[in-house]
Amino acid sequence: MNLHIDWGVLLQESPTGDGPYWKLLLTGLKWTTATALSGWLLALVIGAVAGVIRTAPIRALALLADAYVEVFRNIPFLVQLFFWFFVLPEILPAGAGRWMKQDMPYPEFLTAAVGLGLFTGARVAEQVKSGILSLSRGQKNAGLALGLTLPQTYRHVLLPMAFRIVIPPLTSEFMNTFKNSAVALAIGLTELTFQMKQMVEYSSQVIVTIFAVTVLYMFMALLVNRLMAWIERRARVPGMIAGGGK
Amino acid sequence: MSSHFLGVDWQLVADNHELLLGGLRYSLTLTASSMAFGIVLGCVLALMRLADNALLRNIAASYVNLFRSIPLVLVIFWFYFLLPFFGFKLGPDKSVFITFAIFEAAYYCEIIRAGIQSISRGQVGAAQALGLTYAQSMRYVILPQALRNMLPLLLLQTLVLFQDTSLVTIIGIKDFMGSNVVVASNNGALKEMYTFAALGYFCVCFPLSMALKKLHKRIAVIR
Amino acid sequence: MIEINKVSKWYGEFQVLTDCSTSVAKGEVVVVCGPSGSGKSTLIKCVNGLEPFQSGTISVEGTSVGDPKTNLPKLRARVGMVFQNFELFPHLSITENLCLAQEKVLGRNHDEAMEKGLKLLDRVGLKAHAGKFPGQLSGGQQQRVAIARALAMDPIAMLFDEPTSALDPEMVNEVLDVMVQLAKEGMTMMCVTHEMGFARKVANRVIFMDRGSIVEDAHKDEFFGQPRSERAQAFLSKILHH
Repeated sequence: MNLHIDWGVLLQESPTGDGPYWKLLLTGLKWTTATALSGWLLALVIGAVAGVIRTAPIRALALLADAYVEVFRNIPFLVQLFFWFFVLPEILPAGAGRWMKQDMPYPEFLTAAVGLGLFTGARVAEQVKSGILSLSRGQKNAGLALGLTLPQTYRHVLLPMAFRIVIPPLTSEFMNTFKNSAVALAIGLTELTFQMKQMVEYSSQVIVTIFAVTVLYMFMALLVNRLMAWIERRARVPGMIAGGGK
Repeated sequence: MSSHFLGVDWQLVADNHELLLGGLRYSLTLTASSMAFGIVLGCVLALMRLADNALLRNIAASYVNLFRSIPLVLVIFWFYFLLPFFGFKLGPDKSVFITFAIFEAAYYCEIIRAGIQSISRGQVGAAQALGLTYAQSMRYVILPQALRNMLPLLLLQTLVLFQDTSLVTIIGIKDFMGSNVVVASNNGALKEMYTFAALGYFCVCFPLSMALKKLHKRIAVIR
Repeated sequence: MIEINKVSKWYGEFQVLTDCSTSVAKGEVVVVCGPSGSGKSTLIKCVNGLEPFQSGTISVEGTSVGDPKTNLPKLRARVGMVFQNFELFPHLSITENLCLAQEKVLGRNHDEAMEKGLKLLDRVGLKAHAGKFPGQLSGGQQQRVAIARALAMDPIAMLFDEPTSALDPEMVNEVLDVMVQLAKEGMTMMCVTHEMGFARKVANRVIFMDRGSIVEDAHKDEFFGQPRSERAQAFLSKILHH
């Protein structure tokens, strides 16, 4: 290992054929961002639907959504990724399995993004459910008493408030999607941590590499944090304490 | 008779039970040790964050902020690369004990801090009005209440921590997941062993998380 | 107009309502009182189907509430309800609170709903606050908006569930004044309340409930003059002389 700290290494050509090392890291940043953002969008959709279903009075559906949440919350993300990547193509019907193994474009990225979406969706569902339940029962009754149907009551009364209540906890889930995307290096996605590992191994510049990558992650966390704070401010209701329930 | 059930080759599991149990033991040891050291270090950090001294507050806040912004995988690699770089020859399977304690402390710290802050200022005032010192009021009034409030969250974090220990597989350690990977690749049984790993983690985590939910409800009622 | 016939309700093993029967005629004001936990709020929530009940029948203008074939949203749109904790929608402005159900349930267009809403807001003395949000109003003001919101649906009857019990004492009267006014205009009303002054002034009948049963159901003068049951006497002496 090289004790000499040489910042110039970022400009040197890497042996991977990706151009200079800074470009290597940039590719990593791109995949990390793409995986985290697409996983997050998927998680929001799945989580919102599953969270609402869990509070709705349709018992069978609510149980199904509960089961989804419990399964995906109680298995480590790494194990889930291995399952989607190595096991799923084997247990699917032959044609679909072959497609996944041979023809699916960007297999590591798609597996990571969908896997991350399903994993995070379970957590979002948990937040959405507790957001809805934290609204007083009276709000639902007030909507119904005015003659709104149950779906209308959700649409106009419960969800707009629940959405505001879950913004703070969702901020940390959003940050988690960036952090968790690093796990996808285990299935070969060339995201940021994967690229850091490569750069350390080829360049031996441990300190420079680790420092650069850590700063990039902290920068992404800061960006997410600012973005969510901005959304929270925009969604604030006059006369109410920020993020407050009831 | 076929030894397959739920997509798992149980004969293969039985043949390798020593390796797999060893892996599980490693995962549990790593969890327990990181919890113990993480909570101790987390307590120190939490008290620093609540201290009057601005320097202490800032140091603790930066520590927590740093580790909560970056992936655990990255931190695992930090120590994986840096310890040998600085001449420590611990070997990865020992060095991750340090990694996890340092990383998890940031998360425990925030839980402990919120727990202490959840006690109303009136309680501090009441304790001091009775003539208790700061240390006494912490010891007899604030911490016992705070601990009860934060217990479910501390345990929940530990459950997350247990799941997180699977990440040491990435640097080749034979924890529970890692030993599954070894059996899987030695026997060309990826499908069977990864299904088994998923089942294994679920069977440990699901009952515990259900029990935690019950505990949470009970504590919420008493409060 | 409202017919309640032998209604019973259980939460699991626990019986909260036992064989409750009464009725409210058109234009009548009926006050329901009783100690806390006596089932009065549960009973009034059964009238518009917010609480299901296991036996007995309730009908509103001939429509059965318990019948699974009944279109409950349609029935609820015709019966106004005012809640203990106001339950204005905190994310909507006052006018949006007033317009939401008019537009989504009755299908009125926005201008029409707005006109109606502002007229009622003026009536409860809060026109100046039209653009504010519920969190910016006092409790008494919020409850008056809630009454206006219910009236905007042109209800055939109004249900009040302890409308003043969450209010600071100095705000109780501004809400009661609106309710008295409403009663004098001939609105059919069923009110769960401890405000005996209000009952004396405008109620036609008073219903006293205890432990899930209707113990007394009498004309106002009769109830305040000589309540028949001991429980009602005890309740009255507690609530009137302290």
